[in-house]
Amino acid sequence: MKPTPLSVAAFAAVVVTCIRAIFFTPLEAVQGPAQKILYIHAPAAWVAFMAFALVALASALYLWLREDRLDRIAEASAEVGVMFTTVVLVTGPLWGKPVWGAYWTWDARLTLTLFLWFVYAGYLVLRGAVEDRALRARYSAVLGILGALLIPFIHLSVYLFRTLHPRPILMKPSAPSLPGEMLTTLLMAFAAFTLLYIALLRARYRYAVARDNAHPPEEYSA
Amino acid sequence: MGELLRDAWLIARKDMSIEFRTRSAFLSAIVFALLAIVIFYFAWDATAVSAIDLAPGVLWIIFTFSGLLGMHRSFGVEQPDHAIDGLLASPVSRESIFLGKALASLVFVSAVQVIAIPAVALFYNLPIGSVAIPLAMIALLAAVGLVAVGTLFSAMAVNTRLAELLLPMLALPFFVPIVIPAAQATAKLMSGRPVGDAVGWLKLLVAFDIVFIVACTLAYPFTLEE
Amino acid sequence: MQSANGAVVATEALTRSFGARRAVDGVTLSVGTGETLALFGPNGAGKTTLLRMLGGLLRPSSGKAQIGDAILPGGPEVRGRIGVISHQTLLYDALTARENVEFAARLYRVRDPRDKATEALDRMRVLDRADTPVRALSRGLRQRVSVARAIVHSPSVVLADEPFTGLDVAGAKALASLLGELRAAGAALILVTHNIDEGLGLATHAAIMDRGRLVRHEIRSAVNPSSFAREYQELVSANG
Repeated sequence: MKPTPLSVAAFAAVVVTCIRAIFFTPLEAVQGPAQKILYIHAPAAWVAFMAFALVALASALYLWLREDRLDRIAEASAEVGVMFTTVVLVTGPLWGKPVWGAYWTWDARLTLTLFLWFVYAGYLVLRGAVEDRALRARYSAVLGILGALLIPFIHLSVYLFRTLHPRPILMKPSAPSLPGEMLTTLLMAFAAFTLLYIALLRARYRYAVARDNAHPPEEYSA
Repeated sequence: MGELLRDAWLIARKDMSIEFRTRSAFLSAIVFALLAIVIFYFAWDATAVSAIDLAPGVLWIIFTFSGLLGMHRSFGVEQPDHAIDGLLASPVSRESIFLGKALASLVFVSAVQVIAIPAVALFYNLPIGSVAIPLAMIALLAAVGLVAVGTLFSAMAVNTRLAELLLPMLALPFFVPIVIPAAQATAKLMSGRPVGDAVGWLKLLVAFDIVFIVACTLAYPFTLEE
Repeated sequence: MQSANGAVVATEALTRSFGARRAVDGVTLSVGTGETLALFGPNGAGKTTLLRMLGGLLRPSSGKAQIGDAILPGGPEVRGRIGVISHQTLLYDALTARENVEFAARLYRVRDPRDKATEALDRMRVLDRADTPVRALSRGLRQRVSVARAIVHSPSVVLADEPFTGLDVAGAKALASLLGELRAAGAALILVTHNIDEGLGLATHAAIMDRGRLVRHEIRSAVNPSSFAREYQELVSANG
């Protein structure tokens, strides 16, 4: 990946935020050092869902306009998105274990993220299973849109499950009521991760363009 | 509208005739369901978990996977000799092709359920007589959602490598908002709660069905080469 | 049913691309009532793609294709007038010949589907095997059933992609006579074939396609079969 101004800036932003998070942000009273995973976990979740929103949007636009660029954007956003989703799913349990005593507690948001991961995975496997470029773009677009429709239903299912099955009160990090310095670090983290997402998206998109140009579309046997 | 339904029914009848002739998918699904019941039974510690607690889970897992077995055949029958072109070149609309196939799959899945649900009740000694009607309703609603999604993914998967692996992989996440409400509602019914308790779940199921029948019917023409 | 200039099937600069490749490149032709166009061409020339566009299965990338006054890909009305004989049989193995043809008749909204199916199977001399599952029929018999299926609704346009494939002498005779009957009834035929004799024998017009383009298109009476055959041979060998 050639260093572009954007990617350098993104990388720097992430590093600076991490340094600030580790060394210059106060410890949370109850959870201790483990709480600092929040500064990766929450922004990564934001990016994961935003990336999928872009996949869905690009998919819908592709079916309307049939522009190859839109398909590549969807592809790029899906690959970058699944990475961030994986980060959420890894940092969640890492955070959960010291704080709640268990790696996985079927927390509503984490469960939803797990399903997002499954949808991404299905999307990427589908893309891998279709060789014809036009067919692949169409199929992926359909799945992208349907996946976006699925997410609210998963959310509703889990929400309904939770309200009907009250769990013992667990300690939850509450983002809005974070004291000043923590909030600042968190907002920096959101900005840095968003920048990182855009940088990775662009790089992955460029790769897709180069790959498509190097391999002209397959012959169709008339 | 009348033509849409009439054409869909024509295509559904054709699919059902084919399935009836070969019966292989149906029999696999039934055998799978019965085997699963037996396996779950032997993996179950009856002293730790009551039948009523276990059964909804078993029931809906069996529903999910035996339903999947039926989905592949939906567009699979059009593969040899490219019969799908025969449908596409004819005056019927693309939507009616989709609905016809979904309808045939609905009959298939329901037929499997008609055998599997009583079988579960039998093997686990469940008193489902009193809740048979609500249970049948849940089963039907769940089946509708399953075939809406399954038929669309069948149409796509059939044109890919790894068709048999891809179909479950794509479809299963979509089955979850069907199975959770269905299992929860079933659990409520079986533990003697009034039907009213399960209404929230049923509403979710109906909403899912409506959204995905419409979405998948509209999406189907996009999966075709144009 | 005929367009203003009398043609039943007409294309104008019809083009279809797949990515960067033009499978059909600017093809202009027309076929009128009762005419038969024999279309020859090496493999990969774009004949099947052309036929798929005319059958409403594929959308043109540019240019125009019409059946009568309706622009393709049209709606149900247009598709109902077209009969497609593909080089795949489009049959359902598990169903009988009769069931396959009857199903097609119903798809095409034929009145008296049962009777018409019987009639179609009879015309292709396969009525005695009507209640055999297609799976149990030989390739040649399947092809006959496939043809019966394609014409059960008495189409005014027949698009035939190598319809003689697999047919024995009796089958070929039945098909040739059937195509003659359809033509006499006013149908427009486009016949894709590799068999020069068969093609020219049935045709009122002959054309050659090569790499997406129409390189020859003339009235049958202007064609000298042996020089035509030679030219075609050269083209095929040049394509490798």
